[in-house]
Amino acid sequence: MEYLDFELPIKELEEQLTKCVIIGEESDVDVTQTCKKIEKKLLETRKEIYKNLTSWQRVQLSRHPNRPYTLDYINALCGDTFLELHGDRNVADDKAMIGGLGKINDQSFMFIGQQKGYNTKTRQYRNFGMANPEGYRKALRLMKSAEKFNVPVVCFIDTPGAYAGIEAEERGQGEAIARNILEMTRLKVPIIVVIIGEGASGGALGIGVGDSVLMLENTWYSVISPESCSSILWRSWEFKEQAADALKLTAPDMKKMKIVDEIVKEPIGGAHSDRENTFEAVKSKIFEHFQELEKLSPKDLVNKRMDKYANMGVFNG
Amino acid sequence: MTAWFKRTEKGIQTSTEEKKDTPKGLWYKSPTGKIVESDELAKNFYVSPEDDYHVRIGSKEYFEILFDENKFEELDAKLTSKDPLKFEDTKKYSDRLKDAQKKTGLKDAVRTAVGLSSGKKLVICCMDFGFIGGSMGSVVGEKIARGIDYSIKNKIPFLMISKSGGARMMEAALSLMQLAKTSAKLAQLAEAGIPYISLCTDPTTGGTTASYAMLGDINISEPGALIGFAGPRIVKDFTGKDLPEGFQTSEFLLEHGFLDFISHRRDLKKNINLYIDLIQNNKVRLN
Repeated sequence: MEYLDFELPIKELEEQLTKCVIIGEESDVDVTQTCKKIEKKLLETRKEIYKNLTSWQRVQLSRHPNRPYTLDYINALCGDTFLELHGDRNVADDKAMIGGLGKINDQSFMFIGQQKGYNTKTRQYRNFGMANPEGYRKALRLMKSAEKFNVPVVCFIDTPGAYAGIEAEERGQGEAIARNILEMTRLKVPIIVVIIGEGASGGALGIGVGDSVLMLENTWYSVISPESCSSILWRSWEFKEQAADALKLTAPDMKKMKIVDEIVKEPIGGAHSDRENTFEAVKSKIFEHFQELEKLSPKDLVNKRMDKYANMGVFNG
Repeated sequence: MTAWFKRTEKGIQTSTEEKKDTPKGLWYKSPTGKIVESDELAKNFYVSPEDDYHVRIGSKEYFEILFDENKFEELDAKLTSKDPLKFEDTKKYSDRLKDAQKKTGLKDAVRTAVGLSSGKKLVICCMDFGFIGGSMGSVVGEKIARGIDYSIKNKIPFLMISKSGGARMMEAALSLMQLAKTSAKLAQLAEAGIPYISLCTDPTTGGTTASYAMLGDINISEPGALIGFAGPRIVKDFTGKDLPEGFQTSEFLLEHGFLDFISHRRDLKKNINLYIDLIQNNKVRLN
């Protein structure tokens, strides 16, 4: 397990606890009481830290190296019913964008999402979760296939942004994202979007238009990352914490602005500290929203979605 | 006594006919030199167990692998080719057809059948490379079209197993038009909302890739299959360039975005039926 700077008190207590248990096993000293005390303190410290997270700390948590990624969710949700599908039928199979069919409670879903790696090698293989145009086109192909067979779509968002490369521009990164956004507004099947990590800008929205947009508690969603925002507006990378606050990019902020529909609570200590319960929470929320959306006719579904996005924006007059 | 090993007769030459040979078909040697007994090969889905080489097989074997207990009803089994152009190359087309029929015991390069696969009906159209290189002429086009019609009428998923060198030159433009004919039929199948799975097997080239082989709701393949429009020799001659390693293999196509997945032959039945259950929102069959 890796620890973020503000998680260090937790690390210290966990180490103390491990030592205490070892002493208890290796000697005759009764350490039950001491262990219990440390456990109690650990729980309190965790609660204390996680109750008062700053925006920047949530950004850090959204990038925690032990945080579950898209395929972790899909495998946990679908078990062995997941069938991964590849390719955009044009240029490539983008490893940063994955997709495929799977079941939750006997209902088929088309799952799509950005995928990050869990070590240096796989991070490179997944291009750090930054999709190329072919990734967005693969996503659209799968969504269209889902629409054809009346299968609802679930998108998992976890990206530091769409890939900013020369070839990506040559193949039309902007066009690919734009096409996805347009087609997603009028797709005739329910779309449920879950932000499970980083939700950076157009790269996120390219698979992020949905009837229900859910956001895990310790994630962020905005038009730019706090670091880039700091470097552009403050002309220095040093102001990322202020930028994180200013951008109002946390789940509660986004809920307040009605850009997301619901916040999915994470276990105390974050998604990475208790993956099983995180998966369970996400699974039941997805299914709950699906059962509501299923009641709507395709026409009502699309109209409602169109209205929702048409009403976004704040202005005078 | 000292010369017991000496040849008394001079110049022994056994003629080819008299040479004792192992009967053909008892053993199979894969391209990497691994040898396997034919029975064992059949039991292993015609995949060489040591190097996983997927041996080229025909409709008989695919039906056996995919239909439950090898039970199926063949559709349009009697359709045969005409020779509308009175085509002749080194051989008359009509003779070529007769020879191919005699050699393979098949009527043409595709067979269509319907049967249960993991307990549910499936229409399979499977090409035979042994029949004039699995070339696509009027009969192939018509049988595929009728297979699709059967799928639409009975609402049964459609599986196309391609294995072809391309369009049949001996039927010239008529065979070219089979690309359009089969594609039109697939558009109707899509309109009817019936799943279409395209399985591209070794080799799937020429006109087949420019029509039904690439038009599946999912396109899938087996490991190491050759798939491409212009074959590797043509591309090499035409461009004068050396081809990249693994060019036009199924792995190459997966990497370039044209296949949904590659399946080991042993898992084909499971994966195809899993896809059908998922896309049709049915309960997943477990076998």
